[in-house]
Amino acid sequence: MPHQKTYAAAFVDALLDSMSDDRMVTLIGSAPLGLGPERHLTEELRHQYPDRVLDPPTAEGGVASVGAGAAMAGARPFVDLLTGSFVYLAWTQIVNEAANGHYMSGGKLQVPVTYHCLEGVRGAGAPQHSQSPHAMLWNAPGVEIVIPSMASDVYGLIRTAIASPNPTMIFSHAKILGIESDVPPSRTPIPFGKADIKRHGRDVTIVALSICVHHALAAAVELAEEGIEAEVIDPRTLVPFDEETILASVKRTGRLVIADEVPQRASAASEIAATIAERGFDYLKAPISRVTRPDTPIPFSPALEQSLIPSARKIAEASRALCMYRNQ
Amino acid sequence: MNDEIRQRRWTFLKQMMLIRRFEEAVATAGAEKAFPGHYHLYIGQEATGVGAMAALGPSDKIATTHRNHGHVLARGADPEACLAEIMGRANGINRGRGGTIHLCDPELGFLQTSGVVGSVVGLAAGGGYACKLKGDGSLTAAFFGDGALEEGIAFECLNIAALWGLPVIFICENNSADALGMAKGGYPTLVHAANDLRSIPGSLGIEAIRVDGTEVEEVHRVVAHAAAHCRAGKGPLFIETVTRRWAGSAPLWPELATGITDIGMATGRTKIDDGPHSYWYRHNDPVLKLARQILQDDHSARMQIELLDEQTQAHMRAVVERVHQSPYPELATATDFVFAQGAA
Ligand SMILES: Cc1ncc(C[n+]2csc(CCOP(=O)(O)OP(=O)(O)O)c2C)c(N)n1
Repeated sequence: MPHQKTYAAAFVDALLDSMSDDRMVTLIGSAPLGLGPERHLTEELRHQYPDRVLDPPTAEGGVASVGAGAAMAGARPFVDLLTGSFVYLAWTQIVNEAANGHYMSGGKLQVPVTYHCLEGVRGAGAPQHSQSPHAMLWNAPGVEIVIPSMASDVYGLIRTAIASPNPTMIFSHAKILGIESDVPPSRTPIPFGKADIKRHGRDVTIVALSICVHHALAAAVELAEEGIEAEVIDPRTLVPFDEETILASVKRTGRLVIADEVPQRASAASEIAATIAERGFDYLKAPISRVTRPDTPIPFSPALEQSLIPSARKIAEASRALCMYRNQ
Repeated sequence: MNDEIRQRRWTFLKQMMLIRRFEEAVATAGAEKAFPGHYHLYIGQEATGVGAMAALGPSDKIATTHRNHGHVLARGADPEACLAEIMGRANGINRGRGGTIHLCDPELGFLQTSGVVGSVVGLAAGGGYACKLKGDGSLTAAFFGDGALEEGIAFECLNIAALWGLPVIFICENNSADALGMAKGGYPTLVHAANDLRSIPGSLGIEAIRVDGTEVEEVHRVVAHAAAHCRAGKGPLFIETVTRRWAGSAPLWPELATGITDIGMATGRTKIDDGPHSYWYRHNDPVLKLARQILQDDHSARMQIELLDEQTQAHMRAVVERVHQSPYPELATATDFVFAQGAA
């Protein structure tokens, strides 16, 4: 019987099981759930593995480097880089060291490090605490990118990330930690590169990332009341990326909306749009629509902040517009 | 002097000569434009790499930088695979993916060989973390230039290593003593506010030692001390080895300003005149220096030294010949090795 769990609880389950399976798995950064109400859940990790949970100094580059070096030397660290905005300080260690290691050694070296951060517009973060580096990282070959949206996926994806022989970056949106969803009764890893169809529909495909999956599902309920059946697809991993599931869906619906909470230019939505335009042009009955942020830093003031980010309303509007397009 | 030390000196000389002749071959090939890109030679620093490697054990890990050829050879890598890598060939030690800046053999214990100045300090701290976790008495040694200490990552990771008591030997090869590079706008400690580099790790409570990096026995002794310190669980150590930027070397595209090394300058066969490099020949060149030390102990070693050098040169000539004839990687393999096999 499936039962409900929060994203945060499933996240911690994955770490506990990974640490119990392999003594080389350690946690560097003891607060991967941030400062929110779920943070107490990580106490169990420290309680069970006091020697394998470490609090590093405030040194994102150093911590990322230690993670990469430790992985090269045979450890399997899960490295928490805290707020996504600060991952830029670790950029050269992730992109230049971890991501290139296997390639520039000619396949001799493996770098099985897992990085994690809490990204996204978290509410009152102002420009410096609201960033999402996942799209920028997608431009760096050599890192697997995991972007779980719900409790049902986060356990299996983290297990796979930690077991992977490659560097992996997991992006959790700061606002989804407390959201509950059904988790499967058996705890199994989820293979990378397999998108999940979160809702089936025939009229429009909505590809949504992270928190936008929740907005898209809410939009789909709204649209269904109007007779529009939206299919909601969660890619779950950007690297590897499941083009086939999206292509097959667009072939059925003929319409594609992509929702991604990052500035529009060179967003993940842009890359997905380009891919489908290249490979699925003949299926399209309307132009592809991107629901993203404008190319603007995120303001502090709550109403301004809210006006800039993707929402169920904006996704529903974009979907409606595509369905109207047919009739023009 | 006991036999063990005598024997070790010969091993050191053999390795240092191999590195010297290898680097001369690289510079010659570079001048002939036989391979593209800029490169950094280890000439003048051989005593540091060779002395330090000899103090490490087989399961110890090593991280190094753009100036890595000497480290990889001193650890026992095949010179042919190394030269083939520098020349971008399929039989290169990294199948032509890394080139001169990234010679790396994980089977010999190498972690990354990084061209990002400063990164090695951090990766080595990570290596030390893994060694400590394994609890098998292994350690990680980092080789980097004084320039690495200009980057923030070095401070961050020295701090972490000190805080967590990680078994890491941080070996800073300061090649800016008497640097001609200084006058040429190179990368000496001129651009460092700290005059004594030991004060940087020292401020974090890390024991820091300075040693003459042209004295192979001295380097070996100090690194062996550091290794014992790490293995006893006493945390990291920092060693500054003072070497000289090889006379006339340009930082990026080195020319052989002092010419091909003439071992006769150590054995007395060749007279050293008072030209611009005479101080280098008489006092700074670590290979000539070690050969003289061996001779001082045993005057009859002259023939043996010259023979060793001839054999090394012949070996390198054959290596160069074969590498020039070895094929480049197949173009269809250019996108291989982005991800490790068995990826989820
Ligand atoms: C992050 C970074 N910035 C700049 C460079 C360019 N660069 C290559 S070698 C070098 C100087 C390194 O000096 P040092 O560490 O003293 O080593 P040396 O070459 O003198 O042995 C620099 C700045 C680089 N490789 N990486």
